[in-house]
Amino acid sequence: MEAFYEWFRWLYDDTGINLVIFYEQYERERFVDGFLNTLYLSVICVFFSVVIGVVGAWLQGSKLQITRNIVQGYIQFFRNTPPLVQLLFFYFALGTGLERWGLMPVYDAGGWNEPMIGNFGWAVISLSFFAGAFNVEIFRAGIEAVPTATKEAAESLGYTRLKSYIYIVLPLAFRVSLPALNNNLVNLVKTTTLAYVIAVPEMMYTVNQIWSDNVNVPEMMTVLFFVYVALVGVLVVAMGRWERHMKIPGYGQ
Amino acid sequence: MIKHLFTAAITAIVALGLVSTAYAGNERFMKVMKRGKVVVGVKADYKPWGFRDTSGKIVGMEADMAQDVADTLGVKLELVAVQSSNRMQFLQQGKIDLMIATMSDRTDRRKVVGIVEPNYYTSGTNVLAKKSAGLAKWTQLKGKPVCGKQGAFYNKQVSKKYGAKIVAFVGNAEAKQALKDGRCVAWVYDDSSIMADLASGDYNDYEMPLMTEDDNPWGLAVPREELDNIWGRFMSGMIYHWHTSGRLIELEKKWGIQATAYVTMMKAKLEIDRKHLK
Repeated sequence: MEAFYEWFRWLYDDTGINLVIFYEQYERERFVDGFLNTLYLSVICVFFSVVIGVVGAWLQGSKLQITRNIVQGYIQFFRNTPPLVQLLFFYFALGTGLERWGLMPVYDAGGWNEPMIGNFGWAVISLSFFAGAFNVEIFRAGIEAVPTATKEAAESLGYTRLKSYIYIVLPLAFRVSLPALNNNLVNLVKTTTLAYVIAVPEMMYTVNQIWSDNVNVPEMMTVLFFVYVALVGVLVVAMGRWERHMKIPGYGQ
Repeated sequence: MIKHLFTAAITAIVALGLVSTAYAGNERFMKVMKRGKVVVGVKADYKPWGFRDTSGKIVGMEADMAQDVADTLGVKLELVAVQSSNRMQFLQQGKIDLMIATMSDRTDRRKVVGIVEPNYYTSGTNVLAKKSAGLAKWTQLKGKPVCGKQGAFYNKQVSKKYGAKIVAFVGNAEAKQALKDGRCVAWVYDDSSIMADLASGDYNDYEMPLMTEDDNPWGLAVPREELDNIWGRFMSGMIYHWHTSGRLIELEKKWGIQATAYVTMMKAKLEIDRKHLK
């Protein structure tokens, strides 16, 4: 393994291409940590944003006007503001505000405060809600694609609104909205790079630090580019396989 | 006869040459004396080295040093506000005759302007921390979150050498806000900037408790051509005098700058042994 790493040191000495994340242990560990953080952030945000999408789409069909208004307000708020602004707002304005009004449990670590929701937590909340807002609309498109005849048939068979949503409407809606959902989740994974503004040690932040210390911007930028292509590529392949697995005739084929 | 003429001619040419180079080398200095005014470039936005008071006048430690220079020369003083991006250019172009503007002494800068030795001040890396955190040594930062600015060269060292967890933000404003919100135990930055913040009065609950690391001395500058002539040598003498007379220590106290070990060290180092005069 050492020989593999040392080859990169030779590469630097010989050609000037500085891939320090291979031959320096400290930088290597930093880079791997950054990559793992991006992975965690992406997976958690994808999961929560889909959950929010499903729940939000159901609430949109609610009989109560107030519920529909709340969902609409939520969508407007998170769709109309840039994700960067949302991150900064949540971490600096809302997070600090909640702590100051005593609404956030804080653990005094002697010299600094560890709030219950730290910068990683706020990044997850902000990005999940951001992508969730888009997902609600995506699922709504899918739900509206389910023929009214099918919905009425379910109702006449005695399904409650919730049960028909879970067993009849959602599975069909899901298959229709899968391409658009795929799109949104890919965007979400790329948007996780914005978490660097609130000092979440994900890959963009880490690589920024590495190239500031080692002045090898072109090399690190190329590495970053390829890592993101690979990461998003895995997501796209996984979603493609899932789509093929769920295929039924007549819906989104 | 011709030999004598020849020698005389050569001597005359050499003498003229010497005079002209000597004159060129003292041009700025001569101009200052003839004009009765020295124009000094100082910072106007870096409290308390150079900043504007309520009346708009430039004051500060470096402004006082410029006044000392004018008084010693017996001329009037004119202060011109400069910034990091134009201070060397102003000096080269003749807009200022002398530059005392919190400039770090670096090899590439010495090629452009005449940085006078000895150095008059220094700055390095230190932290701004709450007094209640009780920090006294760098090693106490191990495992604790320390706010910083993304891209700063000392972040890696603080994290690698002392095991601190650097939480780096895009700008100083965000980093300082995070410190105020209690997200980290300290903010790591250039110590002169931290001292400026402490002097501003907005950070009364904070202190700069640790020993400054990685000192990079500052240099004041004269035009490069005049470094080895009267102007450069005179400023060398001024700096020497500022150190040995304790004037810099006095100015630090006056402007509320935390006493640096550098100034005390330089005073001791440059002091003459006057035993023989007893």
